[in-house]
Amino acid sequence: MPGVLPVLNRAAYELGIRAALALHCEIAPFTKFDRKNYFYPDLPKAYQISQFDIPLSRQGWLDVDVAGRALRVRIHRAHLEEDAGKLLHPELREGGDPADDGGGGGGVRAGRAGYSLVDFNRSGVPLLEIVTEPDMRTPEEAYEYLTALKRVLQYSGVSDCDMEKGSLRCDANVSVRPRGSETLGTRTETKNLNSFKFLAKALAHEAARQIKVLEAGGRVVQETRLWDPIAGETRPMRSKEEAHDYRYFPEPDLVPFVITPAEVERIRAALPEMPAERCARFVEQLGLPPKDAEVLTTDRGLAEYFESCVALENAPRAIANWLLGDVRKEMNERHLDIESLPVRPERLVELVRLVEGAQITRLVGKDVLTEMVVSGKDAAAIVREKGLLQIADAASLGPIVDKVLGANAKAVTDYRAGKKAALSSLVGQVMKETRGKANAPLVTRLLQEKLGG
Amino acid sequence: MKVDPALVDHVARLARLGLTPDDRLRYVSELTRILAYVEKLNTLDVAGAEPLVHPFEGRNVFRPDAVQASPPPEDGLANAPDRIEKFFKVPKVIE
Repeated sequence: MPGVLPVLNRAAYELGIRAALALHCEIAPFTKFDRKNYFYPDLPKAYQISQFDIPLSRQGWLDVDVAGRALRVRIHRAHLEEDAGKLLHPELREGGDPADDGGGGGGVRAGRAGYSLVDFNRSGVPLLEIVTEPDMRTPEEAYEYLTALKRVLQYSGVSDCDMEKGSLRCDANVSVRPRGSETLGTRTETKNLNSFKFLAKALAHEAARQIKVLEAGGRVVQETRLWDPIAGETRPMRSKEEAHDYRYFPEPDLVPFVITPAEVERIRAALPEMPAERCARFVEQLGLPPKDAEVLTTDRGLAEYFESCVALENAPRAIANWLLGDVRKEMNERHLDIESLPVRPERLVELVRLVEGAQITRLVGKDVLTEMVVSGKDAAAIVREKGLLQIADAASLGPIVDKVLGANAKAVTDYRAGKKAALSSLVGQVMKETRGKANAPLVTRLLQEKLGG
Repeated sequence: MKVDPALVDHVARLARLGLTPDDRLRYVSELTRILAYVEKLNTLDVAGAEPLVHPFEGRNVFRPDAVQASPPPEDGLANAPDRIEKFFKVPKVIE
């Protein structure tokens, strides 16, 4: 609005430092803001408040796993700036109705409308820009870097990283060079990458385009391009290439900011353990298989749920198996996430104890879990109400085993003729008779005794 | 720094100003004089002086992270030269 003056939001400054620390950056003890001057309709005051020569932080790194290989991506800097308005370039579709092309849906391309639209709702909102060094060589590496970055930002509580809401966006620079060459080629910047998948596609397309230009004897122009998800290609974004002359100068409306080492340490101390470190701890201290540890730590909520369970019952592998197996299945089927799952850690642990303590079978446990999710009751109550306690005494199981043997003469003959596989079908029949409540090892032993005799 | 017509044209384009040939000549001479005046600063010895980034001594002026009432969207849109629904309508900026 005309006449409005800027004031920095304290949380934006602290979250920026928190993100920078999570990315192992050096924090500037003194930082300031600058005006970046340019005319574009997303910015009606014709300058963006940004940081030029003394950014909030510099020189960090993030370790990324690319198909089992470790890649260290260096962070050049992370600085605060204000967001600009959101530009929409309506597409004229068949029938001539302009429609927002941001979603990248279907529709028949009939050219652009003769205007652009601006939504100013996010202008002036604090934005942290994280710039890497040119350390990624393939679209896959860029994809994995962003995945790791998103995890760190979510973990550290800096952002929900919801790309649909624009809380994480990315612009990708790419250049090509002849094999063996040490110097990077001229780069282009691609915008409008609203998913990681689009990013990988756009980079692959843009690199191929540059190679074609160079092989035809042409020259790559340093420019900003726009990814068009419908056409699957990048196109020059600005109608004519602007000379980049932003004429930065110190922002007179904001005084500088200083932070003491003690304050930096206070923010660092409040950082949660990062996913890579947590994953390593789950493997080394809790004895989880690396694959399980990785899946558990991808989502901070899931990792914390798991840790709450382990704190109540020191059975990490059993708990991990439940979480990554049946609990995840229940969540997927019912579109729940770990935060909205009605079964809280203490309740899940009760179920795990019932199974580990052999009071109910694993098979019955699955049904009890479903019932817990649906009814919100605790495991013990469900087991009691439905009479689901494990049958683990030979006296109760004997008659059932006899009945199954009598009704399955063919399987008995097969087994005695040497087809050992027939045994598992008989075990299955006993489980069916007992609705999964029979203790499987005991059933196997009883069957073997009776068949062998 | 030498001010010539080409530099004036460049600055005018960055500032979105349309200059007549007379304007251009006038600005060459005026900007030359202004820059010559400011050039005097380059004769001073500033070795050891901290660059001044802000004339005020104040530091760390923040506002709390609290949601405040926003003006109604219609007030903001009242300044739009042209609009479609809740958007400002502007000349097309991409090909």
